[in-house]
Amino acid sequence: MAYQRITLTVNDLTETVDVPQNMTLLQMLRQKLSLTGTKNGCSAGECGACTVLMNGEPVNSCMVLAAECEGATIVTVEGLAKNGKLSKVQEAVAKAGGVQCGFCTPGMMISATALLERNPNPSDDEIRQAIVGNLCRCTGYFRIVNGIKEAAKM
Amino acid sequence: MANAKSKEKPSSPIGASLQRNDVYEKVTGSAIYVDDLQFGNRLLYAHVLRSPHPHALIKSIDTSKAEKLPGVKVVVTGKDFPERMGLYLKDKTIFALDRVRFIGEPVAAVAAVSEEIAMKACDLIEVEYEILEAVFDAEYGASDKAPLIHPQLGEYYCPNYLFPKPGTNISNHFKIRRGNCEAAWKECAYIVERTFHIPHIQHVPIETHGAIALMDEKGKMTIWASSQSPFAQRNIIAQALHITQTDLRVIAPLVGGGFGSKAGVTMEAIPAALATKCKGWPVKLMLTREEEFFTNFVRQGLTTHVKVGCDKDGNILALKNVMYWDAGASTEYGANVVRAAGYSSSGPYDIPNIETDSICVYTNHPIGGAYRGFGMSELHTGIDQAIDELAEKAGFDKVTFLKKNAISEGDIIVTGMKMHANGIQECIDNVAKSIEFSKKEEPTSPDRVRGKGIAIMWKAPATSPNPGSSAWVELAEDGKVTVGLGGQELGQGTFTVMAQMAAAALGVKYEDVRIAGPIDTQYSPYEWQTVASRLTWSMGNAVRAAAADARRQILDVVAEAWKENPEDLDIVNGVVVSYKSEKETPLANLVIYGLPRENNGGWIGGPIVGRGSFMPQYITNLDLETGQGPRAVVHYTVGCEGLDIEIDKNTGKIHVVKAAASFDVGKAINPELVKGQIEGGFVQGLSSALFEEIRLRNGVMTNPSFVDYRIATAPDVNFPLDVPFVEVPQDDGPWGARGVGEHPMVPTIAALGNAIYNATGIRLDGPPYSAEKVYLAMYDAGLTK
Repeated sequence: MAYQRITLTVNDLTETVDVPQNMTLLQMLRQKLSLTGTKNGCSAGECGACTVLMNGEPVNSCMVLAAECEGATIVTVEGLAKNGKLSKVQEAVAKAGGVQCGFCTPGMMISATALLERNPNPSDDEIRQAIVGNLCRCTGYFRIVNGIKEAAKM
Repeated sequence: MANAKSKEKPSSPIGASLQRNDVYEKVTGSAIYVDDLQFGNRLLYAHVLRSPHPHALIKSIDTSKAEKLPGVKVVVTGKDFPERMGLYLKDKTIFALDRVRFIGEPVAAVAAVSEEIAMKACDLIEVEYEILEAVFDAEYGASDKAPLIHPQLGEYYCPNYLFPKPGTNISNHFKIRRGNCEAAWKECAYIVERTFHIPHIQHVPIETHGAIALMDEKGKMTIWASSQSPFAQRNIIAQALHITQTDLRVIAPLVGGGFGSKAGVTMEAIPAALATKCKGWPVKLMLTREEEFFTNFVRQGLTTHVKVGCDKDGNILALKNVMYWDAGASTEYGANVVRAAGYSSSGPYDIPNIETDSICVYTNHPIGGAYRGFGMSELHTGIDQAIDELAEKAGFDKVTFLKKNAISEGDIIVTGMKMHANGIQECIDNVAKSIEFSKKEEPTSPDRVRGKGIAIMWKAPATSPNPGSSAWVELAEDGKVTVGLGGQELGQGTFTVMAQMAAAALGVKYEDVRIAGPIDTQYSPYEWQTVASRLTWSMGNAVRAAAADARRQILDVVAEAWKENPEDLDIVNGVVVSYKSEKETPLANLVIYGLPRENNGGWIGGPIVGRGSFMPQYITNLDLETGQGPRAVVHYTVGCEGLDIEIDKNTGKIHVVKAAASFDVGKAINPELVKGQIEGGFVQGLSSALFEEIRLRNGVMTNPSFVDYRIATAPDVNFPLDVPFVEVPQDDGPWGARGVGEHPMVPTIAALGNAIYNATGIRLDGPPYSAEKVYLAMYDAGLTK
């Protein structure tokens, strides 16, 4: 397998990584950079557990080749809290009880963060649409939606 | 001596909605799940060769080409591991031996230096099969015409409360014969008979199954697994691999959703088997989403024939329930689902005459296992819809009919046991009020019809008769508390609830208690399994006892040092106080070093370790022919759900206007966590009612992906859900608590089916109530064009 050397920004750090050409962004984050907060639920772009921000947009990192990320800016769940202080979305969803098993949570945090970046005052329906690609089997979504709504007010 | 800490008003952690103690890790991505563990360069990757046939004999397996592939470390097949295993009925092996029984059954496995090589090696394994006639229908499978799937059924180990029938495909036939149904039918003024089909569904944890196994040179094995059952896995896998339980250590990090799928033993045994052949090398297997859908546990399918009748005053007199469970290729776990559905087959109704046949049938379908609700969703889908129609037929308002027939304290239930105090009447009232059940409301659009449905439920923890829990409580020099326990955090919040209980029983603040994790069978105290909604009750009793034991030890030390009576002492906010002498001392240091005696007389006390255990000791077996016995279960949790829905006449799509769910939880230790469980369970139930079905064609699951197997997404849940809970205390529950983890998804299909009936007059014969199915039924009924 041919390798490619890429340079990109991940959670504000510049990283240079040698990646096989068939390696996904998800695999690179977890295996090469040990950023295991981003989860793999289906490897097929269907569950949203691996959602990260790529140049400010939420993407399923299992559907992006690492080799495509030359020069990209990536934010993973590990990049949301600053100096131990949770982001608004993290704090509000935690407080609202929107976390159970926690496996969808990293992707959910990223999708919600992206939503509030582009729409600081979303309606309930806009919140639900923003996380339509993030499957959660535990919570029934009510408390996640409430948490994101609260985050918008913070 | 005045200490400000003890003067703060102690607020009890019991009944307080304290924040989960695992939430920071989970929102920051630092929580560790099994796939996040690091094993370095020695890690080997496993891949499994699976059966492409639903039923076939294995004539030969040739692994020689696979073994020669560079990078392959070991190849194993069934002949290497012939021991049968199972939680209840030992009817399966790690790999198929001479016969495959479902598509996806493991036939061989490879451990190699990369996933790609392991997959390539599996392609090189040559298996010759002789295809056999297969069974895809439970009623056919139970007949004498069907080919036998387990000809050796009579040789399998089976506990004495399951009743397999060797020479058939029936691995358990549970019967209730209570009263005299034949006579009672004659006294019934109204009778309803219905048949329902409930399809197979899957648990769909967002984290698929995964496990890593490592055997050291001396033969000691460690398994890291996403697991609801580390102790059951220790026991079962040790027996299957012929090692001692002490030589098998299971470490279980946080679980990314289980819902029953990660109970018992499934794929964890595969890397364990491989690891025995490559000592010193860790072997990892993660299931793909496709494998998750059909190669591990699913929820078994059910065909149920229900007959129920009442007198002219609306008293239900008799119920007959014949249930054929499409339990799949192994029923090692599912045989007890069938039993549970049998001994609870009356539902939460007071019915004097009951005849039940709950029949567990082997088929060449995926393996049915534990699934949130353990048979109760399927059972209630049948009886609650038949009773809904009976109420209408008898001319009763449905709420009145339910309240009139609901089980109450002192009633003798289906198995002959006396019912305990419960809040089912209040649950029904709560739901009826919340969705204004008696108020007929107009649809919001002329293109829609509107209806309301309600259903009640009960469920008991379904376990072996004697599932145990244990716990320890230790304190550090700083006076803070660590609780050791063996029940698993699956997202339900049990670590939080156990910390609350320990804090309350000991007299410290919730924030000063942590849980010793991850669960590790080498250090954690024993817990049977994290299943059956049993932890709050059972493990809670153990944790409470351990904390009380630690408290007693501490007070004894202080009382001796102060020459006081322990009865006059208390622990408040982590400070020992005397109500008599008004002396105080913090827990810090004293819980490790003890206290000095007066006048240089040496020391009292030492490191404090509290211990507690709990096991129900009163469960009895039931009579083989009648299903009667003194006490079949520990207790029942009861509840009610209702939906107000609209159906689009042009599309058949169901829109929920409002829903309500009310359960009697005994005591909500953490009310917001309880509500979160009820909300999540309701939506899982609604998802199963609206969307979910494992579509099986000749044994093939045709929809093993999220595109084709849809689960509820956030936009599907765009309605208010009211969850007022009820608290009628459980006599042997900690602070009166009983479980509610599974219950919220139990009555949802029936409640929705009743709402569809109310809106359209159509009784569909089973979920999922997809837009297509509903539209076609409305079209056939002339309700739409």
